[in-house]
Amino acid sequence: MGMVAALLIWTGLVLATLLPLTFAATSEYLAWRDPIYITAGLAGVVALCLLLVQPLLARGWLPGLRLLSGRVVHRIVGVFLVAAVVIHVGGLWITSPPDIIDALLLRSPTPFSIWGVIAMWALFAAALLSLLGRRLSPRIWRLGHTSLVSIVVLGSAIHAILIEGTMNTTSKAVLCGLTVTATVAAVARSWLRARSRASGKE
Amino acid sequence: MSDVNFDRRALLAASGVFALVGFAGLRVPARAAGLAATPSMRGGANNYLPGAPIVARIGGGGFVMSGTVRRAGDGAPLPGERIQIWAHTTEGSERDERSHGATLTDENGAFRLEMPQIIPALGQAHAHLAYDGGEYDTVFLRPLLPSPKVTRLEAHFILQSA
Repeated sequence: MGMVAALLIWTGLVLATLLPLTFAATSEYLAWRDPIYITAGLAGVVALCLLLVQPLLARGWLPGLRLLSGRVVHRIVGVFLVAAVVIHVGGLWITSPPDIIDALLLRSPTPFSIWGVIAMWALFAAALLSLLGRRLSPRIWRLGHTSLVSIVVLGSAIHAILIEGTMNTTSKAVLCGLTVTATVAAVARSWLRARSRASGKE
Repeated sequence: MSDVNFDRRALLAASGVFALVGFAGLRVPARAAGLAATPSMRGGANNYLPGAPIVARIGGGGFVMSGTVRRAGDGAPLPGERIQIWAHTTEGSERDERSHGATLTDENGAFRLEMPQIIPALGQAHAHLAYDGGEYDTVFLRPLLPSPKVTRLEAHFILQSA
């Protein structure tokens, strides 16, 4: 890959994640939130940004990070992703316990919370599956991981879009669109390669 | 061609019957039960603090919360009923005591309480209102602001005798 293409990809990624983060970190609503609420909200934005990075790392699509080192970084980012979601939900729980209890019990009046809770459990399941990783057959592992992370990405994108909060609407929509596109491309690529490998064996 | 005409006629007749049944269904229970009581909204009681004091306004005011309180069945206005109001505003979160206040309905069953500007919290710009006087069934409301920019919101109670 040429230097220009590499530079464009990295610039695009930095812009797609840094812009929504900057808008959220400078939102006027922050003036009326306490530090725990601010941290919880920003942890959610960080998690959304990490979701865009993950499929790119897993497929080795980031210039300079070859497939193998990309996978190593993918695992480290995965740990940060789980941590960000724990901070997000924990911080919101401290901010308004009854609202988060309603969300976790799936009886919240807010339509976005069900998507957030679905995405959270799918993320935790994907993380658990990664710990089991080597003990599973590659086929089961790939099917489990791609299904779970597809739920994580779709649930998170809908969750974020429906929320009226600190994120700027346009940069949020672009980030969600890119994340869904990257995930669909990565999952499709994984399936196609697995199929061509299987047909090659026959 | 005649087949098509027949289908269209049948469709028209079917939708006519459907509409008649639908309107009848809407009218009959309304006539039988009178004005139905307002059900509590999901999440309406979140961060409720019992016994909020009756105040001239909550904090510095600027946002107008108003509405009416009526009796289920005949719809008679209920004067002197205590309505509690709280929200995440420019002056505090829902859990802060200073964000809570109460007011009484006037002789027309109407209430109006000024409070600081409501801002989106936990993903939606919303207010909380409660009737918990005891004479009627307790009702918790959680109305949404149509936009975070609006500076007034209405909420109406129809109460069922306890």
